[in-house]
Amino acid sequence: MAENFKFELVKPDQFVFSSEVSSVKIPCYEGEMTILRDHISLITFLRPGIVEIDKQGNLEKYYIEEGTVEFNNNNLLVLTSTAEKLVELDKNKINQILADTEKKLNDDQISDKEKYFLTYKASTLKQLS
Amino acid sequence: MPSLDDLKKRIKSVKSTQKITKAMKMVAAAKLKKAQENAEKGRPFSDKMQNIILNLTLAMKDDTSAPKLLTGTGNDKTYLCVLLTADRGLCGGFNTNICKLAKKHFRQILNDGKNLKIISVGSKGYDQIKKEFSKYVIEKRDFKNIKNITFDDAQNIGKIILELFENNQFDKCFLFFNNFKNVITQVPKAQQIIPAQEIDNQSKDQNKTNYDFEPDEDEILEDLLPKNISTQIFKAFLENAASEQGSRMTAMDNATRNAGDLVEKLTINYNRSRQAAITKELIEIISGAESL
Repeated sequence: MAENFKFELVKPDQFVFSSEVSSVKIPCYEGEMTILRDHISLITFLRPGIVEIDKQGNLEKYYIEEGTVEFNNNNLLVLTSTAEKLVELDKNKINQILADTEKKLNDDQISDKEKYFLTYKASTLKQLS
Repeated sequence: MPSLDDLKKRIKSVKSTQKITKAMKMVAAAKLKKAQENAEKGRPFSDKMQNIILNLTLAMKDDTSAPKLLTGTGNDKTYLCVLLTADRGLCGGFNTNICKLAKKHFRQILNDGKNLKIISVGSKGYDQIKKEFSKYVIEKRDFKNIKNITFDDAQNIGKIILELFENNQFDKCFLFFNNFKNVITQVPKAQQIIPAQEIDNQSKDQNKTNYDFEPDEDEILEDLLPKNISTQIFKAFLENAASEQGSRMTAMDNATRNAGDLVEKLTINYNRSRQAAITKELIEIISGAESL
């Protein structure tokens, strides 16, 4: 199909996802962004959130904490150290990470940028649990 | 000439050593397969990360605002060397090769009148350099209790390095590890990670794409470069793990073969001495009978 492009989600130790997709929604640093075919070449990085992949009608969701994105020549590449498939993520783990995050948020020492990241992390996790 | 009993004992001990080395070879072969797979799986991530950084640096118009991690501090005084070795021995020249290369660099740095700081990861490397360079070692780590090294471990090392860099503790940082080429050859390698290596000419020729940056280049680089450090370290870990097993496998294979040769030689010796003893006894009996 002409509407598709290649999407790769890579962790340091493995390929998490690699296939032709029709659209991908990514939580960019400055806001959510949906990428379709023939998007302008782009480099940006991610905040904690959910990557939604539309693979010809099949929706797949991944939880990520950070990442770097490159889009070029209809190749979308996401490099991230954490990517968990939503259906495989269990409730207890979510709650545990959420508790950790909220604890960190209450710490006064953190920088604004960290706070920004952690707030998003907490809100994403709350949504999930 | 050793007695029959001694020979018998020696043959037995060599044989049991051979059994051990053979078992170690098998274990290393099994582990090698996994380590090799991991190393190969880890390559795309670091390669692509490098690629993005390359594209970013090409797009940077203004060098002055570039982060220090990329361009360096401007000084050339203090060198931080990260020595990555194994925690276990009996793997041929694996640890020695890295240390040899590292020591050469260390001496060079000291001869040039520069300051040297060493972070040693893996206990065997520290054992080898402690005699000469122990006063330069500022941090040492090992992974004796950890079975599989994960990205988090690499990140922790990366954090130490970054913290030192932010406190202006060093100007340049090198990684020493073994690059896994194939099972038989592993090449010790020194890689500069801070400042990020200059772009080689070949990639410069590539067509430049106009990227849309969001937020701007500097901010992305600031986010990406620390990650890149961890990625490079993780890659070095994976390469090292594969190299270690490969090196151990070949070393143990050689040892098993040597033990086999030795057993053969000792058996011939043993048989000869046994025959000599029998002949001697026969002669004694015959000459005794003749004299009657």
